[in-house]
Amino acid sequence: MSLLLGALTVGFIFSLVALGVLISFRIFAFPDITADGSSTLGAALAAMLLVHNVNPVLATSAAFVGGFLAGTLTGTLATKFKINGLLAGILVMTGLYSVNLHIMGRSNISVLGSSTLSTYAERVGTALTRNNTLNVMGWEITALEASLLMASFLFIVLAGCVMYVFFQTNLGTAMRATGDNNEMVRALGVNDENMIILGLGLSNGLIALAGAFITQYQGFADVQMGIGMVVWGLASVIIGEALVGTKQLGLTITGAVMGSVLFRLLVAIALRLGLNPNDLKLITAVFVFAALVTPGLLKRFKTLKPRSSHA
Amino acid sequence: MLEIRAVSKTFNPGTPNELRALQAIDLTVNDGSFVVIIGTNGSGKSTLLNAVAGSFFIDSGAISLAGADLTRWPEHRRAKLIGRVFQNPFSGTAANMSIAENLALAAYRGKPRRLGWPLGHALLSQFRDRVRQLNMGLEDRLKNPIGSLSGGQRQALTLLMATWLRPDLLLLDEHTAALDPKSADQVIALTDTIVRRDKLTTLMVTHSMQQAANLGDRLIMMHRGRIIQDFQGAEKKRIRVDDLLARFEEVRRAELLDESAAEMLRRVYV
Repeated sequence: MSLLLGALTVGFIFSLVALGVLISFRIFAFPDITADGSSTLGAALAAMLLVHNVNPVLATSAAFVGGFLAGTLTGTLATKFKINGLLAGILVMTGLYSVNLHIMGRSNISVLGSSTLSTYAERVGTALTRNNTLNVMGWEITALEASLLMASFLFIVLAGCVMYVFFQTNLGTAMRATGDNNEMVRALGVNDENMIILGLGLSNGLIALAGAFITQYQGFADVQMGIGMVVWGLASVIIGEALVGTKQLGLTITGAVMGSVLFRLLVAIALRLGLNPNDLKLITAVFVFAALVTPGLLKRFKTLKPRSSHA
Repeated sequence: MLEIRAVSKTFNPGTPNELRALQAIDLTVNDGSFVVIIGTNGSGKSTLLNAVAGSFFIDSGAISLAGADLTRWPEHRRAKLIGRVFQNPFSGTAANMSIAENLALAAYRGKPRRLGWPLGHALLSQFRDRVRQLNMGLEDRLKNPIGSLSGGQRQALTLLMATWLRPDLLLLDEHTAALDPKSADQVIALTDTIVRRDKLTTLMVTHSMQQAANLGDRLIMMHRGRIIQDFQGAEKKRIRVDDLLARFEEVRRAELLDESAAEMLRRVYV
């Protein structure tokens, strides 16, 4: 039970990565791999500030700002300096590795002794239940686990709603149109380069936020923790699209969150069944590869079939 | 008033693919004038429109519109003054967004994009009224993605979008060339109506001699990056399709003469 709750909580937290990837890969069609660095940046900033007894809300906000700046840097390299988008992401991600080490001072930091958003959530949870354990359908769960799950769930609902509303405003509409047809938005007086910079900023801000949350959830930040974030987020987005389709903005946002949670659950089950954790990233990569090529292969298969029957 | 002064543009300078697309073009277009531009392939007519729109910066010369010097303005800043319709129906609209959202983007052309709500009730009913006037049955499909429409419908909407806020200059770059004849006629009729009604200053590039003869109050013919003919007023009104075809034939012969003369000289002297 505790495994299930943990998987759900981590799934909700990582759905911020999925939302970030949704913005960069889907809305802007920009292959931004800054995420691997910006998620760690968020974790490093939050951990460092928490260790120095900064208010957790402030520390988490700082992580968002840090990620936002990293994203705008990638966007600036790609638009103002005309560097290939993938390469711009690689440059920023590589640079961030050193930055993160500098922020943390060593390769990992524990925040277990500090007051964090997790301890906040636990305090609220304990106050509400007046108890340290809860009984849900015969299972004993701790107030900590339950309150962390609730907190992450509520935050994701809030983030999803804010994102949904934002992308319908004048600014958000112009951003979506930039990804759809940048020639058109320029002709309608929108500075498409600024839209991309701002969009990547938001995307990486969300991803850094995920890093900050996961640090406070698991109690430590590690300089390696961002590796594979982009592929993780992409896998979630793809699962989400398979679940709900791509027609509507609201559905794609919901889908990305659902995809992230479902993916995390599958991973937890696979690990429970004896999957070697070292294989996890390989399997994720293969999964994304398969999800990307299967629709094309199916289409080719379908068009080939009638032709061969005529022959 | 649009003023184009000694504008030149060379693509790929200093390479074997060097193309002198515009060679010291001078053109003044009065307010409310509807100028049709024709020319041979590669004559520079689309390049001229793109130079005005700011798709690239010109090598030399100056462009001013409504009293402002646009020469160094980036494309998105010029869009405050200029409405555009492209040749490709896919270029002028965002396919995955709804008709209403596309129109809303156009209703804020050249204005800062903030966190306001674009689709208010008043604007939506305006959209419905104006779209109904297109007579394409689209007024009840405002929520549908624009990508589901035909090329003709998309061009009609793009025209509506380009002129939603009255532009100081309307640029039409062969905007019916990719359409079937019936849709092309519809879009041309709509163009004529809107340009007349709003008295828009317009530059229209076309391949159709029919359109060139029937539309506008001024006709410019381009060849090899230069303006070689400029019909205005009564002269423009007298122009028939046959006259234009004859003029094109002249240009073609002169070209042949150039080549055969060069060939002769080569044989004699080289």
